[in-house]
Amino acid sequence: MIAVIDYKAGNLTSVVKALRHLGASDIVVTQSPADVLRADKIVLPGVGHFQSTQLLRDLGLIEATREAVKNGTPFLGICVGLQWLYEGSTESPDTPALAHLTGQCERFPAAFNNEELKSPHVGWNSLEDIRPDSRLLRGIHNGSFVYYTHSWRAPVSPDTAATTNYGGAFTAAVERDNVMGVQFHPEKSAETGLRVLKNFLEL
Amino acid sequence: MLTKRIIACLDVRAGRVVKGIQFVDIVDAGDPAELAHRHAAAGADEIVLLDITATHEGRGTLLDTVKRTAANLFVPFTVGGGIRSAEDAAAVFDAGADKVSINSSAIARPELIAEIGASFGAQAVIVAIDARRAKNSADPAGEAEVYVSGGRKPTGRRVVEWAREAEQRGAGEILLTSMDCDGTRDGFDCELTRRVSEAVQIPVIASGGAGSAAHFAQVFQQGKADAALAASIFHFGITDSRALKAEVAAAGVPMRLPC
Repeated sequence: MIAVIDYKAGNLTSVVKALRHLGASDIVVTQSPADVLRADKIVLPGVGHFQSTQLLRDLGLIEATREAVKNGTPFLGICVGLQWLYEGSTESPDTPALAHLTGQCERFPAAFNNEELKSPHVGWNSLEDIRPDSRLLRGIHNGSFVYYTHSWRAPVSPDTAATTNYGGAFTAAVERDNVMGVQFHPEKSAETGLRVLKNFLEL
Repeated sequence: MLTKRIIACLDVRAGRVVKGIQFVDIVDAGDPAELAHRHAAAGADEIVLLDITATHEGRGTLLDTVKRTAANLFVPFTVGGGIRSAEDAAAVFDAGADKVSINSSAIARPELIAEIGASFGAQAVIVAIDARRAKNSADPAGEAEVYVSGGRKPTGRRVVEWAREAEQRGAGEILLTSMDCDGTRDGFDCELTRRVSEAVQIPVIASGGAGSAAHFAQVFQQGKADAALAASIFHFGITDSRALKAEVAAAGVPMRLPC
């Protein structure tokens, strides 16, 4: 069973539709810690404000997720779902996150290399520096394009599985053992995005 | 590198794709779901579906069309036309849209922008602006006026000011249509697009006037558009997105290729 966590942050339709398209039949859209604990895989989508992740704590999903990933359950965070893996975000400094990975998510700078940088970062940008050992990005090549829409980003660290350049490099995908995340929207990234989701389903 | 987007637009009336010349002269161009998939497969970066009649009676047809179009479509998908409330927007999202485009209803009640954004995120709200240059002005682009109701009604509002207000109220993108250029295939209004793009931080999608790859390169380079929309240029087999993007890329614009 795949638990897709619903924390009222945007629209889950597209993610669920993409997973079904790839053959996943047993999908539960849930807010329940019990579902998270019994799931074979966990997906945390999400788009919007980081503050909406407060609900995850209120529902007891921080503890449930910690327990599940400690037991080896594959976890995929998408967009804000990736950011939640870190210690927090300057978008909502008082909202606690999972803190599975170190670092804070920060807003894109207003300027980069003395040029104005538009924010949000919206559109198709390329994946770079793909880690050869990444299971999530297996079969995907540097330079492949994925679709983004966000204003906050996660820092680059040894857990980064791929970067994207916009106002410098940021974490496009992160992977540490069974815990994974993508800042882009795989459900909206055509063949490349479907490959990422397929790789996750096949773990 | 962040690429510029080529967006295929389907103008839909009563469940069929149509295309007007300067907002009139409607021609049947096919089934929306079929055309959307064909465009996505041919390299379009996004699909926009605009319900151009958007009558109350037609809502059921539209939602069915959205559902059919969204099925197995894995690029961003925007729906516009007749969305007057957060509930209208929710129905369209439920049917499978990723973003909604609002136009007349945002002018009538600007709070609608934030209301939709509160549930679905700012990135899901596109404010569409139909613009006509101020003919007798010393600055026709800077003083261009916002029109509503499918381009029939002038509002007395300046395009640049309304774009700024829409951004402040939480719009995720601006879809700017030049009514002067729409359907002419003589090129986008680059000057107007640049004025709006420089006035806001959010992405600006240029629309109206596409007729050749050179026009797209111009609106990206001179017009500072983040994305550009085309309809009739594709439907009648003039070119597909992949061929178009290769030409635009050759002119020095970053494009998603291969796609």
